[in-house]
Amino acid sequence: MEKLELTVNGYHYQVQVEPDETLLDMLREQLKLTGTKSGCNKGECGACTVIMNGMAVNSCLVPALQARHAEILTIEGLSKGEELHPIQEAFLASGAVQCGYCTPGMILSVKALLDNNPKPTVAEIQEGISGNLCRCTGYEQIVQAVQSLAGKKV
Amino acid sequence: MHWEAYHCVESIEEALQLLDEYAGASRVIAGGTDLVIQLKNHQRRVKALVSLSSIKALRYIEQDGETIRIGALSTHNELAKSDLLMEKAKALSLAARAVGSPQIRNIGTVGGNIVNAQPAADTAIALLALGAKAKIVSSTGERVEVLENLFKGIGESSVNPAKEIVTEFIFPAFFRSAFQRLALRKAFTLPIINVAVALLIDQKNICREARIAIGPVSTVPFRAKKAEAILNNEIISEKKLVLAAAEAMREINPRDSLLRGSAMYRRAMVKVLLERALRDAVVVK
Repeated sequence: MEKLELTVNGYHYQVQVEPDETLLDMLREQLKLTGTKSGCNKGECGACTVIMNGMAVNSCLVPALQARHAEILTIEGLSKGEELHPIQEAFLASGAVQCGYCTPGMILSVKALLDNNPKPTVAEIQEGISGNLCRCTGYEQIVQAVQSLAGKKV
Repeated sequence: MHWEAYHCVESIEEALQLLDEYAGASRVIAGGTDLVIQLKNHQRRVKALVSLSSIKALRYIEQDGETIRIGALSTHNELAKSDLLMEKAKALSLAARAVGSPQIRNIGTVGGNIVNAQPAADTAIALLALGAKAKIVSSTGERVEVLENLFKGIGESSVNPAKEIVTEFIFPAFFRSAFQRLALRKAFTLPIINVAVALLIDQKNICREARIAIGPVSTVPFRAKKAEAILNNEIISEKKLVLAAAEAMREINPRDSLLRGSAMYRRAMVKVLLERALRDAVVVK
């Protein structure tokens, strides 16, 4: 086991991890932040997406020790208690959530997109969420949710 | 247990020293977007990983006179965002944008894409067309290889990740280049065919050097040298471009693939994509 220090959702953590533990497993099993989902485990579905140092990454592909001193944002870090984040509100208002399994990763990809590009075109939105599979919604409502956020503070 | 130790190093020297200490039992990891999957699937085995991701000195994209230098740890996203590459190496800029998803482009590196040696690797096709050389260091010294010499087979490069590190790619800034790709979807999918071209055209509209790379039509990224010969030292015209694309179609030998379509279809698509790429390259600048 090795010592790992990092910041997750604004809190400083010190944990012991196996050398081959992924960031995804550490978040879920050690910090019990189970909002980040495990899907394909090979970087294709995007359910495990978190924001690491400002960038969306597949946490299933990142060795936990690679996140040393990193700042991680997971879905749990978006809402303030019962008060939802504007992206979460927009997803609900547009019916962009069905089974919900892709939603945490999808929302973090959207956050990373809007942080860099507050008024994305439809094509840019589609590109921004191209690493996140949704098998329920057909993506249309998700794109509409993101469009409804154009120019708003997220 | 997929690996027993994971070392994050801050310098090339530190990485080389660790690799030497493990004497073949460790290997370099860059972004890990391919390697982590291969290790999880037991397609490769390793005792320890030496992670280069914290070496900031290997992340740069710059012009140095008539040469462009790219640090091997630059991510696909960094390549895609570079105005310098869009202006001076459009093929590589477009290729980097085509790789994976935003999440993959944020951590996957150009060095990793080359060492992983897949015949369809988009940046490999672009760098091959641009005439890139790779700088490779080990504890015993440094070597510079033209890209062609790095590819040995599917997933097999001449870089030994148990003791060597690719540090830099170098290529001329003077080419007009372009990249075209056909895939089942617009995003996040492997190519059926990808092509890159780089042309040096003088003021009399004569092509002084043509370089054409095609993937995945062989076990390694393919140079279409017969097609290049049709353009070399000739006045560039629409007719010549079409002839060159037709020649490339004849000199490749793609396989029938359930994943990527029949050989006949892919051969026909090479001609279409290459015509588009050549036309695009001619009008660049």
